[in-house]
Amino acid sequence: MKLFTDPGNPHALKAVIASNIAGTVLQIQEVDRTRWTGNLPILELPSGRAIFSANAACRYLLGNKNTDDITVDEWLEWESSQLQPFLAPYIVACVGQGKKDNALFAAMFPLLEHLDKALKDRQYIVGTSVTAADIVLWSALFPLYGDSTKITDELTRYSGIVDWFQNLSTQEAFKSAIATVTKSKGVSACKASLLAQPLPLKPVIQSSPTKAQSEAGSTSSELSVSAEEVTAAISAFKDGKSPKPRTRTHPMFCRLRNWNTLYICGTDEYGTATETKALEEGLSPQQICDKYNRIHTEIYKWFEIDFDYFGRTTTPQQTVISQDIFWRLYKRNFLLTETVEQLKCQQCDKFLADRFVEGTCPLCNYDDARGDQCDKCGKLINATELKKPRCKLCNKTPVVQTSEHLFLDLPKLEPALSAFLNTIYPTDDWSNNAKVITRSWVRDGLKPRCITRDLKWGTPVPLEGFTEKVFYVWFDAPIGYLSITANYTDQWEKWWKNPEQVTLYNFMAKDNVPFHSVVFPCSLLGAEDNYTLVNHLQATEYLNYEDGKFSKSRGVGVFGNNAKDTGIPADIYRFYLLFVRPESQDSTFSWEDLMTKNNSELLNNLGNFVNRALMFVSNFFQGVMPAVEVTEEDGQLLAQINRELQAFLQCLEKVRLREGLVRILNISRLGNQYIQAQKPWVLVKGSPAEKARAGTVIGLAANVSCLLSVLVQPYMPATSSTIQQQLQAPPEVNILTDTFVCQLPAGHKIGKPSPLFQKLEASTMAELKKKFAGTQMERKEQEQKSKTPAQPVQNTPPVKVDQAEVDRLTAEVQKQGEAVRQLKTDKAEKKLVDAEVQKLLALKAQLAAAKGENPAEIIGGKGKKNKKGKK
Amino acid sequence: MAVGVEEEVKSLANFLGSPAYKVTTQGEIKVPQLHTGNGKTLTGLATISKFLARSSPSGGAKLLGTTPEDQAEIAQWLEYRVTIVDRSVEKKDAQAMLKELNSYLLDKVYFLGFHFSLADLIMYHGLHPVMCRLSFFEKQQYQNVSRWFDQVQHYPGVQQHLPQLVFLRNTLYTSSDH
Repeated sequence: MKLFTDPGNPHALKAVIASNIAGTVLQIQEVDRTRWTGNLPILELPSGRAIFSANAACRYLLGNKNTDDITVDEWLEWESSQLQPFLAPYIVACVGQGKKDNALFAAMFPLLEHLDKALKDRQYIVGTSVTAADIVLWSALFPLYGDSTKITDELTRYSGIVDWFQNLSTQEAFKSAIATVTKSKGVSACKASLLAQPLPLKPVIQSSPTKAQSEAGSTSSELSVSAEEVTAAISAFKDGKSPKPRTRTHPMFCRLRNWNTLYICGTDEYGTATETKALEEGLSPQQICDKYNRIHTEIYKWFEIDFDYFGRTTTPQQTVISQDIFWRLYKRNFLLTETVEQLKCQQCDKFLADRFVEGTCPLCNYDDARGDQCDKCGKLINATELKKPRCKLCNKTPVVQTSEHLFLDLPKLEPALSAFLNTIYPTDDWSNNAKVITRSWVRDGLKPRCITRDLKWGTPVPLEGFTEKVFYVWFDAPIGYLSITANYTDQWEKWWKNPEQVTLYNFMAKDNVPFHSVVFPCSLLGAEDNYTLVNHLQATEYLNYEDGKFSKSRGVGVFGNNAKDTGIPADIYRFYLLFVRPESQDSTFSWEDLMTKNNSELLNNLGNFVNRALMFVSNFFQGVMPAVEVTEEDGQLLAQINRELQAFLQCLEKVRLREGLVRILNISRLGNQYIQAQKPWVLVKGSPAEKARAGTVIGLAANVSCLLSVLVQPYMPATSSTIQQQLQAPPEVNILTDTFVCQLPAGHKIGKPSPLFQKLEASTMAELKKKFAGTQMERKEQEQKSKTPAQPVQNTPPVKVDQAEVDRLTAEVQKQGEAVRQLKTDKAEKKLVDAEVQKLLALKAQLAAAKGENPAEIIGGKGKKNKKGKK
Repeated sequence: MAVGVEEEVKSLANFLGSPAYKVTTQGEIKVPQLHTGNGKTLTGLATISKFLARSSPSGGAKLLGTTPEDQAEIAQWLEYRVTIVDRSVEKKDAQAMLKELNSYLLDKVYFLGFHFSLADLIMYHGLHPVMCRLSFFEKQQYQNVSRWFDQVQHYPGVQQHLPQLVFLRNTLYTSSDH
């Protein structure tokens, strides 16, 4: 066996001593330390495998002299994981550099203490003979104790270690190992090796994060604010003026910042996928598109995704604009013609897309292979290579025909694209993945890209000789943005041919990046018509579902069309999906997590704060905003809020939507802490001065609620309008300024407060998790079995309460309660008491029903519902 | 990392069919300790995992390797876990580690080559938080580690309390059609 090591490496002693004891022949091969950065020594085993751990090598070489004692394991692990990280730096300083470092010694001292204690009055660490534990620890300490003339006082203190070390040093195996490794020069020969070896990594101190930190990610941990900030915050709040809004970003935010914003989207409807689906469902492609466009529109509407216009690509404008861009590219020589071999079914008179052909696999002879892939051997194949191909529709044999196609000459357009990308990269905000994907496309070299297809369902190609063909969807679909705008307004060119004044944001998942960052910009650049090109491309990573992936075909996961039926309001989905938005890495949708976030962040933080603030105005000031006299102390709060607000604005400008949400939650957290510290419910009962102070605290809290209602609008529009309704806030508040200003003056009358959010229950989540776990088929079956709709979690509309009836029942309940108590104190017969208790419960249920509450809850437990609105 | 090292030991014990020993941690670096009864304790993850495998009633001892060579290799990977994996919290250390492991796993299904061992089990637990933080781009960069990790997390009984991570079989960062 061979041991590769640098000269004088103390760890090599571990292996050499072991081989001396076991009597194996170990050939030592010296390695030049400067040419090898990895671990040394390395033991090469007879099989050729390598062991880079000196401790493992030591045990291996001991062979049958190796005891299997678990205590030996423990010491070996202790040496490598606990002792070395602190011993090695000390040895390097002390022996390697000749320095005495007290700090390093102090770090190592408890470890020596531990070892010393274990060695007191023992010859060997474990048992009664030499084990790997002795060898490994002796070798580790060799640089410190190996030169008996140089042991410092602090080290001789450990008499257990000293005696044990010296005893072993007299043994032949150890003596000859020193001679081999240090060439009989002793500790001084170790110097070079010690200085060259990489230091072990230090253990990581595990502190359990405090709850607040783990909940909120980045928090308002810097609570100290400067005096200037406080003064500025107070004056801005009082003046109600703020510098002008100055930025723009994602649509609802842009609108809040008062920018002229156009927000469009649509369904891309042409292509093979549509034709296939149409055949499957026995509809025409147009009918299929109508059907799905309607479904999509409804889903977006339910989620309150507030497009200015949600359009589609199957419109006359699409044909006009696509063909215009095509002609411009054609006339500027950016198109190429090439011949492509394809299968054509003469019976159906159409070229067959890969998925419309089946046949025998050319590789494994499986006779039911698909045109793009063989299900049996899994290999990818070209449809033209299939043996005995057949048309999937009519089963006739198709023939190979050549077909001419048009290609977009991307290599020729590459310089223009690169120039464009170089102008936008430095100044604009692209998500990192979008940049990486685009750069890699350009770096790998662009190839001509086919832009036509032998299909019927698409935008017709207007060029002579190609009129039977349509445009390929990825040429055509992005043009949809232009044509959809054209369907919305005849002024569309002011948006799309106006790069000086318009900033374009694209939002997508990362698989669509190249078509938006490379192919489409090339089309527009080649058309040379001053088009608006994408400035900010924001691509997300993937969102997973529970512990796997969303899968439409297997019915795993909750999709847009199912969300409505879960009974969870759209705002909660919006909140959660944005909270876990996969901005920089993949994230996961999990029902339990949704519940936790809802209950901890929305219900207990945001909802609790707004509700308390409004309840105080309502209960203590009859719903009229009290006068606010801001003090230094309040200035602290205002300054902290301004900080969060500015961070929020910055996040949204950079389209970091997740972090923006965290900032909002930080503001309501600050608000909660403020109320808790000021205790307005105490102040309000005190002297007139204290009552005025309570007014300030409550008035401020109500204004913070108003600010929150504006901030959450892009995230939770329904919640935003509920808060504003409860505040009776005028629509003018809906503008985002750079600093927090007083929007609700003294004397403003607010509406009726009520809780904003509902608690989500673990049982509901478990049901939903089960419901969306299986396949679509199973789910359908289940639905048919039990037609009961899921329990709605949303606020049920309040039942009309008959106050007279409530009063009568309340009196009754009181009376009956007295009667029961009397019976109990009289120690009446159990039967009698039970009967009276039953009556009491019945009365309570009636009362609950009259109040419009759930009677079961009242009976179920006492004081179960904590009153929101007070502490 | 040692956050949740108690859960790790419990899930190991569960996997190996061991009795429900009491598990605690020692000090601020949270070294796990297993209380084996009669006041005896074992300290350190490598030691504990070897003990659990050796005393496993469900034949976990075979995970310790049958030849001295296998045993040595397992020992070195257990050491690697506690001294390198758990301590590579700095980004550059984590990258260096992943790079090293990626080249090591180039021609191996499992750490020992072709059969599953305690080394895989312990490295899986240690790398889970690291892999969790990787983007798909990085997972593709360290594709041998990713392939090994996906293989191990699907090995029956291994996953226990840890969430399954998603790996893609196709390469993402090249062109793809609609």
